[in-house]
Amino acid sequence: MELDTSHAQRTLTWTARLLSALQLDGPLLTGIGLLAVVSLVILYSASSASWPVVGSQASKFALALVVMIIVAQLPSRLLMLAAPWLYGLGLVLLLAVMVKGEVSLGAQRWLNLGFVRFQPSEIMKIAVPLFCAWYVHDRPLPPSLFNIGVLALAILVPVGIIAKQPDLGTALLVGAAGAMALLLSGLQKRYIFGVFAALIPTAWIAWAYLLHDYQRQRVLTFMDPSNDPLGSGYHIIQSQIAIGSGGIFGKGYLNGSQAQLAYLPERSTDFIFAVIGEEWGLIGLVIVLFLYLFVISRCLFLATSAQDTFARTIAGSLGLTFAVYVFVNTGMVTGLLPVVGVPLPLISYGGTSMVTLMAGFGILMAVNAKRRLVGH
Amino acid sequence: MIDLRSNDNNKNFAVEQFRGRLRWVHVLLGLLGLGLIVRAADLQLFDDGSLLKEGKARFSRVAKLAAHRGAIYDRNGEPLAISTPVDSVWINPDQLNQAADQIPKLAEALNREPKWLEQKVSSNLDRNFVYLIRHMNPKDAAQVKALNIPGVYLQREYRRFYPAGEVTGHVLGFTNLDDAGREGLEMAYDRWLSGTPGAKLVIQDRLGHSVEDVESISAARPGQDITTSIDVRIQYLAYRELKKAVQDHRAVSGSAIVIDVETGEVLAMVNQPSYNPNDPEQREASDYRNRAATDLMEPGSIMKPFVAAAGVATGRYHADTIIDTSPGQITVGVKTFSDEHLIGAAPLTTVMAKSSNVGMTKLALSLTAEQMWGTLDAFGFGRKTSSGFPGESAGMLINYKQWRPISQATMSFGYGLQVTPLQLAQAYAILGAGGIARPLSFKRVDGPVEGTRVIDQGVAHEMIKIMQGVVSAEGTGKLAAIMGYQVSGKTGTARLASMGGYSTDRYVASFGGLVPASHPRLATVIVINEPRDGTYYAATVAAPVFASIMSGALRLLAVPPDGLDAVPTSTVVQTGVTP
Repeated sequence: MELDTSHAQRTLTWTARLLSALQLDGPLLTGIGLLAVVSLVILYSASSASWPVVGSQASKFALALVVMIIVAQLPSRLLMLAAPWLYGLGLVLLLAVMVKGEVSLGAQRWLNLGFVRFQPSEIMKIAVPLFCAWYVHDRPLPPSLFNIGVLALAILVPVGIIAKQPDLGTALLVGAAGAMALLLSGLQKRYIFGVFAALIPTAWIAWAYLLHDYQRQRVLTFMDPSNDPLGSGYHIIQSQIAIGSGGIFGKGYLNGSQAQLAYLPERSTDFIFAVIGEEWGLIGLVIVLFLYLFVISRCLFLATSAQDTFARTIAGSLGLTFAVYVFVNTGMVTGLLPVVGVPLPLISYGGTSMVTLMAGFGILMAVNAKRRLVGH
Repeated sequence: MIDLRSNDNNKNFAVEQFRGRLRWVHVLLGLLGLGLIVRAADLQLFDDGSLLKEGKARFSRVAKLAAHRGAIYDRNGEPLAISTPVDSVWINPDQLNQAADQIPKLAEALNREPKWLEQKVSSNLDRNFVYLIRHMNPKDAAQVKALNIPGVYLQREYRRFYPAGEVTGHVLGFTNLDDAGREGLEMAYDRWLSGTPGAKLVIQDRLGHSVEDVESISAARPGQDITTSIDVRIQYLAYRELKKAVQDHRAVSGSAIVIDVETGEVLAMVNQPSYNPNDPEQREASDYRNRAATDLMEPGSIMKPFVAAAGVATGRYHADTIIDTSPGQITVGVKTFSDEHLIGAAPLTTVMAKSSNVGMTKLALSLTAEQMWGTLDAFGFGRKTSSGFPGESAGMLINYKQWRPISQATMSFGYGLQVTPLQLAQAYAILGAGGIARPLSFKRVDGPVEGTRVIDQGVAHEMIKIMQGVVSAEGTGKLAAIMGYQVSGKTGTARLASMGGYSTDRYVASFGGLVPASHPRLATVIVINEPRDGTYYAATVAAPVFASIMSGALRLLAVPPDGLDAVPTSTVVQTGVTP
């Protein structure tokens, strides 16, 4: 009995020591791990029982995990130094894409470097909040109007380029990441309200001049999906049917008719949340949402306990960006928001965004690790 | 130093500020999460089940099971139309397009050009269902299926086959690709022939693949068979003889109808030109139209017996009643009608045998319009027959109240009214039945048919006797004579109406007759339109067709001869009719 307890204690301390040595945060890692398990299980169903898909997703998790662990080792100081350069590099690559990127599915998002094809816009998801956090860390707070202007420009330029690709989903996330950084840097309340007030005419201008036809169509369809049930309303209607037909307990694993019979489009990527709703019901949705809330809360807790402005700002904005990710996707799938191509983080099938996400968690852990060093 | 100070400022301000901000953010996140859960609950719990239904409606479908169409038989059980199972190949162009490399292989299996198939796929990409080939031999279709190419599907259907081909083409009509009757008896009895398609519940995915059969809702109920009145042996005979005559005389078209006088059944009905109902490409309205029932004609002299019957019905005319036809022409109003043969004062039998227009005009003008119309109406002119044949015409018989003497005169030799060959055949059948009208039927009738008396029996018998003179050695219809049988009939050579009058070189030759005259069993009408080989008289064009069809039909039906006295003994021995 006593032996067992001490054995358990020893195991615990051993795990804690390993985590500490790797600069990793246990609770956050647990939350991420649970979401990864949910992802693999539901993907098996959403892909119509395809082991290759599950295997591929698992290997992407492994790769992303390695990236996260490596990033977590970086000293906070180095991240700070790298921030403007990473931002600059991202901007150059975005321009390169604009000039000679690969067109795929009607959008110019990809850059082919010969050995690897990737979306520079993904870099910006991290580079923009990193740059913002770097910019505010040694300047007086709350930021002056001039500094706010500089940051706004630093956010809006890449967002504009990405939106033009067109990739509204990523633009939205990059913009959100920057905005969160700005918000957490202590932006005065009057500016926050000012921005909201400015949103209305901006939205009008965007509607009239900036949005592509297909984007406008999506918003219109969102207002009334039955307008175009076979065209752009199809996704929304099918996904609501999937969720709605799940009920409290769901139709059971591998038994979702919408998902299994291929009525639900994009069911292993953007609309995987609907598969969860159909097969596991309201209970499944609530559990998954709580997992997300747990991860988000842990990120914010880490941000609160960070020691300096840079760490706080970057940690908080990455955590909140993750939250935006979750709510934009789930809002879209349940029909609360228009369809924007944002995957469900950590659960949707796909590699690029997962690596970026996990790199973000890595940064969160890296800047957090500083606390212990300072505590010495 | 300055840096340090600002850092301190930052720190004090920032930590407080940051906590405050995060409190907001937490509240906001909580609200968002709550909103999502409320939304999900709204969809999942409080929805009235319509989403659940929608979901079900998406994947469970009721699939149709084709029903076997009933067969059509002739009166002796010979199959005239039967359905055989076939497979139709259809594609989902979008799916097939994703396996475009398989297209040449598929084209080869279908025995088509790859280009044709590519075109079919590329021009229908926005559709989910395109028939590639309808009604394929099930064996070939199985080979196509064995290729297992995505987006290629089979559908079980039934195809109609008509063993007698063009011989029964007009009577039977045909079905369309979807197995629905479109012409002829196929159409008239479509409800009876077509079964009730069955239904089964299947689960299918978005692309329409049936994933599994859930349950059978109802089995396909096959249609019911029909035994028609047609005797395919007589039908063949009539078809052969009519075709030969139309070819020999280079005629435009022709019809022949044989009716069983005792039952009103149509034993044969053929037309020229014909078409092969087994070949959909031959289906042109000008060919598949059943002229015998649909086409109107001014009958000409073939009408004379019915006008004469009106005379006999008054009691003032008999076979021997003398009518003075001299000087061979008669003027009614502004028109003058004349005879081909001058017969002077002659009995009604001779007037009929020589087809005297003057004699008939005199007879007609001695009747009231009502008397004459009443008899023509009793024979069924101006009304559709009760055959129920699709597309049948009613003909045209103007009501007597609007008649003028001139119309009464022209009608006495068959102008100024319009009839169908089928109506003529019906009228001859009424005469043959001793004045009893039996409804024409295309279905086999078992047992005696009561019918309704429309003409006095004595009148009918008198007319049959009078018309026997037409087929005598002196009559216009002598070529209609059949060895061993007495024939009663009438020829008709009508000029075709054309612009502003009557044509002088376009004729309709016809013959209507009854055999055996002593106790008529068959009523037959032959119509040949526009013979163009120089002979146009019914006597040489239509009468021989009647004789050749009837001599065969009487033998086939084993009708006892009634005219053996006229047959030379040597012939009797040769044909072996008597022991």
